[in-house]
Amino acid sequence: MKIAVASGKGGTGKTTLSVALSLSAEVPVILLDCDVEEPNCHLFVGIEEDESRDVFVPIPEIDKGKCDNCGRCAQFCQFNAIASLGSSTLVFPELCHSCGGCMKVCPKGAISEKNRLIGRIGSGRRGDLSFASGTLEIGNPMSPPLIKEVLKRAESGRLVIIDSPPGTSCPMVAAVSEADFVILVTEPTPFGLHDLKIAVETVREIRKPHCVVVNRCDSGDDRVERYCAEQKIEIALKIPDDRRVAVAYSRGGTILDAMPEMRAEMRRMLNKISTKLGEMG
Amino acid sequence: MKIAFSSSGDSLESPFDSRFGRCRKFIIYDDAADSFEVVDNSQNLNAAQGAGIQSAQNVVKAGVAAVVSGHCGPKAFRALSAAGVKVYNCEFRTVKEAVQAFKSGGLKEADSADVEGHW
Repeated sequence: MKIAVASGKGGTGKTTLSVALSLSAEVPVILLDCDVEEPNCHLFVGIEEDESRDVFVPIPEIDKGKCDNCGRCAQFCQFNAIASLGSSTLVFPELCHSCGGCMKVCPKGAISEKNRLIGRIGSGRRGDLSFASGTLEIGNPMSPPLIKEVLKRAESGRLVIIDSPPGTSCPMVAAVSEADFVILVTEPTPFGLHDLKIAVETVREIRKPHCVVVNRCDSGDDRVERYCAEQKIEIALKIPDDRRVAVAYSRGGTILDAMPEMRAEMRRMLNKISTKLGEMG
Repeated sequence: MKIAFSSSGDSLESPFDSRFGRCRKFIIYDDAADSFEVVDNSQNLNAAQGAGIQSAQNVVKAGVAAVVSGHCGPKAFRALSAAGVKVYNCEFRTVKEAVQAFKSGGLKEADSADVEGHW
């Protein structure tokens, strides 16, 4: 069972919840930190990385000896990653989506592929908790290829918790794409509600069963609850706004350190999701 | 020689556009003939990425030796430099004013991009 923890708005508590779920489960867990632009699960799970691997994507390399600057590669590229400028043809690696189309359309066979480093994956294990985390290279604008590599660390038949990047664009979609269930974490503020609506639209579009967790539930108003009731979306858990959580967090502790009673809540939520998915077949 | 001016319309009286990658039109001025033609650039207005690169290809295809615009980002500058096109950054109200400033030699050639991408 793969559960992605996502949100529209950043800072609502995705990592807090992902870590708490992973540390509460009664079965072995694989925790995947897919928030590759700023991964931080490792700060809370206390696992030393015992493996690190670089991740590359293929990008075109043009053999100037064979290229006659006909411009077909530039014309083909939908991402403007190649420019044909009269007497020269330029590649802009950071715009390339690695489709390989330019190589296919080149009549001179002048384009080959070379590797471009986009980030690295670190992983480790402690007891029943396996952990993998992606870190995007600074300056690289494209995270989905790295997120997809992190997701390959999932194993079928295991409980997998995916900490997704914020937002609802390609990185978030990549992170939740293989999940069986999505937990949307929000907060009862106007921003929280606004971005929750966009996140709900997104998971509906890609047909993922989902529920909502309201973090700092007593800090705002009841509009998130009213919205969920109207839309018939289950609020699976409400986490109170408690200073003890902030204190624990500032020391690298988890919500379970601050509110031990949350462990039972996390287990209850995991069991409920598992039952729901079982019923759906 | 031909010089491309970024513009939001298709005449010399049109407002000068300070954006290179996402200007609506290029006024391609020929100083020898004192005439101009218009190159449409509107397909780049909503490009997700690479607007500057596409604009550079457009003006290179039009055969210009120089570009006069408000600002030029790093990818556009790299593309224009590769094609040997000179870049001049300036601020004017209309294209006509920019043309006059260019003809009088009052513009200084840029030796690098003057803004980050997606400014």
